[in-house]
Amino acid sequence: MRVMAQVAMVMNLDKCIGCHTCSVTCKQTWTNRTGVEYAWFNNVETKPGVGYPRRYEDQEHWKGGWMLDKRGRLVLRSGGRVKRLLSLFSNPDLPSIEDYYEPVTYDYDNLVSAPAQKDMPVARPRSVLTGRPTAITWGANWEDGLGGAPEHAGADPNLTGAWADKVKFEFEQTFLFHLPRLCEHCLNPACVSACPSGAMYKRVEDGIVLVDQDRCRGWRMCVTACPYKKVYVNHATGKAEKCTFCFPRIEAGQPTVCSETCVGRLRYLGLLLYDADKVGEAAATANERDLLEAQRGVFLDPSDPGVIAAARESGIPEDWLEAARRSPVYDLVMRYKVALPLHPEYRTLPMVWYVPPLSPVLDSVDAAGGNQDDPDHVFAAVTRLRIPLEYLAELFTAGDTDVVAGVLMKLTALRSYMRERTLGEAGDEKVLKAVGLTAGEGQDLHRLLAVAKYADRYVVPAAHKEDAAALTAMENRCPVETSGEAEPRKVMLGIPTLRRHTTAGGRP
Amino acid sequence: MNATALSSPTATPASGTDLLLWVAFPYICLAVFVVGHVWRYRQDQFGWTTHTSQLLEHRWLRWGSPLFHLGAFMVIAGHVVGLAVPASWTEAGGISEHTYHTTAVWAGSVAGVAMVTGLGMLCARRLLTRRIRLGTDRSDKVLFPLLSATVLLGISATAAHNVLGAGYDYRETISVWFRGIFTLQPRPEAITGAPLLFQLHALTACLLFAGWPFTRLVHVWSVPIGYLARPYLVYRRRATPAPAPTAGGRPRSTSGSRRAA
Ligand code: HEM
Ligand code: SF4
Ligand code: SF4
Repeated sequence: MRVMAQVAMVMNLDKCIGCHTCSVTCKQTWTNRTGVEYAWFNNVETKPGVGYPRRYEDQEHWKGGWMLDKRGRLVLRSGGRVKRLLSLFSNPDLPSIEDYYEPVTYDYDNLVSAPAQKDMPVARPRSVLTGRPTAITWGANWEDGLGGAPEHAGADPNLTGAWADKVKFEFEQTFLFHLPRLCEHCLNPACVSACPSGAMYKRVEDGIVLVDQDRCRGWRMCVTACPYKKVYVNHATGKAEKCTFCFPRIEAGQPTVCSETCVGRLRYLGLLLYDADKVGEAAATANERDLLEAQRGVFLDPSDPGVIAAARESGIPEDWLEAARRSPVYDLVMRYKVALPLHPEYRTLPMVWYVPPLSPVLDSVDAAGGNQDDPDHVFAAVTRLRIPLEYLAELFTAGDTDVVAGVLMKLTALRSYMRERTLGEAGDEKVLKAVGLTAGEGQDLHRLLAVAKYADRYVVPAAHKEDAAALTAMENRCPVETSGEAEPRKVMLGIPTLRRHTTAGGRP
Repeated sequence: MNATALSSPTATPASGTDLLLWVAFPYICLAVFVVGHVWRYRQDQFGWTTHTSQLLEHRWLRWGSPLFHLGAFMVIAGHVVGLAVPASWTEAGGISEHTYHTTAVWAGSVAGVAMVTGLGMLCARRLLTRRIRLGTDRSDKVLFPLLSATVLLGISATAAHNVLGAGYDYRETISVWFRGIFTLQPRPEAITGAPLLFQLHALTACLLFAGWPFTRLVHVWSVPIGYLARPYLVYRRRATPAPAPTAGGRPRSTSGSRRAA
């Protein structure tokens, strides 16, 4: 057993209101620079929808993630080592900027500098890449709230089964939810494995996956290999960039910016201990639908004395073990098993998990003329209304509807039990028992999902100063400074300074 | 710099201009090439990249880049054989002058055409695609003209003299000069009689080498063959307690990769 710790995230999707605050604060922190205007380390998509970049979930096309070859060995879908080196000169499976969108800015200056005239001056959109006026025809959340969905959402790669035909025509009336996405900081990161120069790595101490900006040579293979398309090419520096899980904040014991600013307070951060020796085996699990359990099998119980001893041996400090025992992520993923990974079938063992939304089912109950507040109606909907269930299963369980149904049942039971209690009744424990929860557990889970305070949602132990990258750097200077004249191009946190001052060259 | 080299006896004394062009200039370029690389590698790891532009334009690149690169590899191989290996060696190896010449013309033509077409496509997209043009930095503005000039001069010299013309035996002249540079026994007189196109080709090539370390061409030295052997999963520890960053660098992280999958 080789124990490693990872700071992992869970999001409770029922609470996401799709406000994009997380994306905006993330962008302002990390990607408001030339070269990554089009990149969103955190983005929020409407589901059903084609996603960002367009149809990224279609791995037949984009070749992201891992798969099993004929002999059952784990291989990168984009090809083995030799094929990768042969396709260096031109990567056949790289999304182009059109698959993301053409980033724009506006002629704000025109609003104040336009001469007096009859018409109101307007701020016209201008492409950041060409500096020319442009029409905005796509964006990172173009179908927000299902806007334009009848035209586009049918192209959602999750809508493939026979059941899906019906969804295509009906879903605008039946359900929608928001899916905030960031790098999954996978246990078996395909991006790392595909990087020809070995510039990408997973940190032993906290599992954060990073690109070494000094070692990246711009072979742009990681972009293809990541099935979630969460590595981006900075076209100004010619290097790959990705979500850093705000490691300078994590090292200081603070939540990531997206978590900190989340309006719905639906994000949880906490430690998961895992056995690094079991990662390869779990990722190579034969049946896609067993991947969820296989991944859970990699995680270790932080209260188990055997695990604690092994963790100490691996050099995990005591306060981290203590934090692992208080981890809300462990509770949601392992204790209550209400959180599920996004697309486990990509076999990267992602580490940002989701509590699936009950709202699509509730919407369906309404649409079918039932009563949302009657648990029987909801239970019936979970078992009988296939559409939202099949869809959620495509996202979270490699198509296994039983697992999703199980989680939704738990949420429904919890909802009805707590509703009764809030209304002053005793609460029917039978409902809870049917989904395997005691009254105490039910109340505990409810507290965690509904009322958890800041300190309960984010249990992030600070890095030990002796080995914190950011902390050592910060002693000497501001961590996000871009270099002054005196010391050219010294960047402390792997954030490239600009090599080019402006892309919108032709701006007036 | 090369006192020994300059003073080495030559059969027909070369003029001052010849010495400057065919001895001093190549050596200066070579020195810049070597020192430039060392300097850039130590100072600018962050700028050491292919500077990929595939994100912004992929249709021309799809064909242009592989064509150009494959052509370039063949052309480089051809130059190694043609310039570095003396004719006597190939003949000793049982390859007659005739066989050598036909192979060289054929393989060279294929390589040359591939490289010129590829480079043409790469230049075209750089000029015609506005996004790429705006992303073209100063080093590219030196690199692309210089590379194109070298390639075009090289191919027109070959075409004019060896394909269409009577045939010019560069192995007894230019190659001798070329090897002289590296054996530190410069033979400027060996190239002074060469046709103008060949001379210009040699001079632009020298310039290209001088410019090399300051352009994206440094990516050539980073061919990731190590990828064939390294473990798939790379783990690293966070930066170890680093000494305060000095002017030359930043805190290095101890890196080490371990097998996990
Ligand atoms: C040694 C193996 C080499 C590899 C693996 C390699 C790989 C690459 C890659 C990945 C690009 C970026 C293409 C893109 O996405 O925009 C590139 C660009 C380029 N390479 Fe190479 N290269 C190699 C050797 C060479 C050589 C020998 C030369 C010429 C002497 C060369 C000249 C160029 C040029 C001029 C570009 C810029 C293309 C453009 O953006 O228009 N490369 N190379
Ligand atoms: S989600 Fe993150 S860690 Fe996983 S493959 Fe993509 S970039 Fe790598
Ligand atoms: S800030 Fe929170 S609620 Fe708003 S979109 Fe992001 S995840 Fe959803």
